[in-house]
Amino acid sequence: MRLTVTHQTVYRFDEPMWGVVQSHRLTPARTASQTVIDWTVSVEGGTSGAAFRDAAGDWIETLTVRGPVTEITIDVAGTVETEDTAGVLRGHRESMPPRAYLRPSRATTPDAALAALAEKAVEKIALGDTLAAAHALSHAITDAIAYTPGETHAQTTAAEALAQGKGVCQDHAHALIAAALCREIPARYVAGYLYSAADEAMAEASHAWAELYIPDLGWVGFDPANACCPDERYIRLGSGADAAEAAPIRGIALGEGQEALDVSVAVEQVQQ
Amino acid sequence: MSKTPRYFNEMFENGKLRPPYKGLEGWARDMPVDLRTMKQNEAEALFRRIGITFAVYGEGGDPDRLIPFDMFPRVFTDTEWRKLERGVTQRARALNAFLTDVYGRGEIIRAGRVPANLVYCNEAFERAVVGIRPPRDVYSHIVGIDIVRTGPDEFYVLEDNCRTPSGVSYMLENREIMMRMFPHLFQENRIAPVDSYPRQLKRTLASVAPPKCEGEPVIVILTPGSMNSAYYEHSFLADMMGMELVEGQDLFVDGDFVWMKTTEGPQKVDVIYRRIDDAFLDPLCFRPDSMLGVPGLMNVYRSGGVTLASAPGAGVADDKAIYTFVPEMVRFYLGEEPLLQNVPTWQCAKADDCAYVLEHLAELVVKEVHGSGGYGMLVGPKSSAGQIEAFRSKIEENPANYIAQPTLALSACPTFVEEGLAPRHVDLRPYCLVGQDVVLVPGGLTRVALTEGSLVVNSSQGGGVKDTWVLAD
Repeated sequence: MRLTVTHQTVYRFDEPMWGVVQSHRLTPARTASQTVIDWTVSVEGGTSGAAFRDAAGDWIETLTVRGPVTEITIDVAGTVETEDTAGVLRGHRESMPPRAYLRPSRATTPDAALAALAEKAVEKIALGDTLAAAHALSHAITDAIAYTPGETHAQTTAAEALAQGKGVCQDHAHALIAAALCREIPARYVAGYLYSAADEAMAEASHAWAELYIPDLGWVGFDPANACCPDERYIRLGSGADAAEAAPIRGIALGEGQEALDVSVAVEQVQQ
Repeated sequence: MSKTPRYFNEMFENGKLRPPYKGLEGWARDMPVDLRTMKQNEAEALFRRIGITFAVYGEGGDPDRLIPFDMFPRVFTDTEWRKLERGVTQRARALNAFLTDVYGRGEIIRAGRVPANLVYCNEAFERAVVGIRPPRDVYSHIVGIDIVRTGPDEFYVLEDNCRTPSGVSYMLENREIMMRMFPHLFQENRIAPVDSYPRQLKRTLASVAPPKCEGEPVIVILTPGSMNSAYYEHSFLADMMGMELVEGQDLFVDGDFVWMKTTEGPQKVDVIYRRIDDAFLDPLCFRPDSMLGVPGLMNVYRSGGVTLASAPGAGVADDKAIYTFVPEMVRFYLGEEPLLQNVPTWQCAKADDCAYVLEHLAELVVKEVHGSGGYGMLVGPKSSAGQIEAFRSKIEENPANYIAQPTLALSACPTFVEEGLAPRHVDLRPYCLVGQDVVLVPGGLTRVALTEGSLVVNSSQGGGVKDTWVLAD
């Protein structure tokens, strides 16, 4: 499937700021399931630098804008050819030891309820069948947290989302990671884009899911928010232990002003 | 009441004067009490004047009190020191090789010599620096190794400090003050100087400038600020090395580099000797609420635009659970036998070890895996039954958080007390510099437990300091 992405992020400040520094994870890597045809990240008036590929295989760039600044617009546009690999991340160059994702972060620290959910989900699964366990955990999270926008926020933890029984893709991913960690399965958060046809229920073009590490297969994506594994509708941007670490844009504005954020993402299929 | 085990007296062995202390026996014996009091007051006044104080957490009282200085020096012979030096530099090389390895291919883990989870699930393991090769493969540029002595020829490493060990300003100031107060001692004894330390540190830092640096590297010291307990040391070292002492707000990231604000415009910075913990270095990579660091710093570091000393993530090598494996690191990376011994350590994370520890609490020293400064530890032989029982429930609650060691009979060195001279237990922290070369200045910080019989030398727990002499041959 050939997909185009247009992703605009606008930061507006109610008074001029001294400067802005951002770390961007906005460029998809090449994998067996995605080939970048063209891709640009453009910002007006800033300096781009300190770029590198990290051990998890993500391309990171640093943006610095010197003040006074009242508004920044980051435009991402590109075309990606995708393939369905049933969620398996193949052909992705990375050197991070999977076990480095066994330690929970603030957002993914399991509580007793998550541990109980994880235990119950895998009780009928043969010991050592990590793939079946991962599917079972993902189903359990889908069932336990209803997709409900507006009930959670950026800082909501996995435990809080489960207690509420409501959340968005970020909460589903955090909860699945926490549940996987209870079973000692390395798990991480993935940020990316999702194409939905006009008639599909969930139109969340800016999306997130989880990857669990399965012996012999490697990292495999699970999307509890959509009760499936990533397929050709998904574009993977980057990963981290949780939403904060995997964030496509992580930044700070220096000054006293209040920030207002406006994000628009569109993913469309190119008819060939 | 408390039983103190037999210990090694560094000045008198079986009642006989040991040779390194020959030059001090008469000096101490012949010093009239009033002169001693006068000198002690003079020393305190000097310390106050230079402003070297140490904030003590969690004890109440004056946070800026002086660390007590004891005028009676601790002495090593040249032979003793050379042995220590070989052991310390060996250990510093092995620790750096370990860090390069675990942030690289992880050979020691693949070889089954160190458990993977101990490294990768460690709180101090930083995913953000996996795959990064710092200049000269040095992660820990200043390695502080805490050593205790139990006999004429027996030294044990208590712990390694690979992040930002503090206290070196005391090594330098203690010497300075001793030389000022007792110049004749330095004429009568051939004492190796320690004043090359700042120069050696500067050379070490310059030797790890990033490849992108052309010409003379610009080096700065990054401090969390004047509220930090070691702020005196930060400003002292900046002074001694002739470099800028900066706070996070004095630096900024632009393009590929880190810059320092100066009156003449931005100046590119090549090497940052940071005295800020990893978690606070960069809100874009670590704690987002940190105001102490520099936003974007880690991206510049990771793309090779600046060197951070010590490197983020270095703490995974000095964790108390990793400590057990340091002798293994020496064998694995250097193909040598370790010259300095570890103290036998029980890991409460292991069921067998934990059972042993819980049965022998009254004889052991129990420490938190991530604790420091002598807080949150139990010294079994010095504790009441109630304290031991309270600690027992803490261990049972979270065994993985504790390790235990036998109560070592720390050596004692004569110390001026109310009644005259009396032996008090001491340890030693030498500061090993690792850059292009691995160097150890002949000296270190000797800490002394001033309370009779006490084995806790931490300055935060009422310990004092001494000048440490290494006699030239």
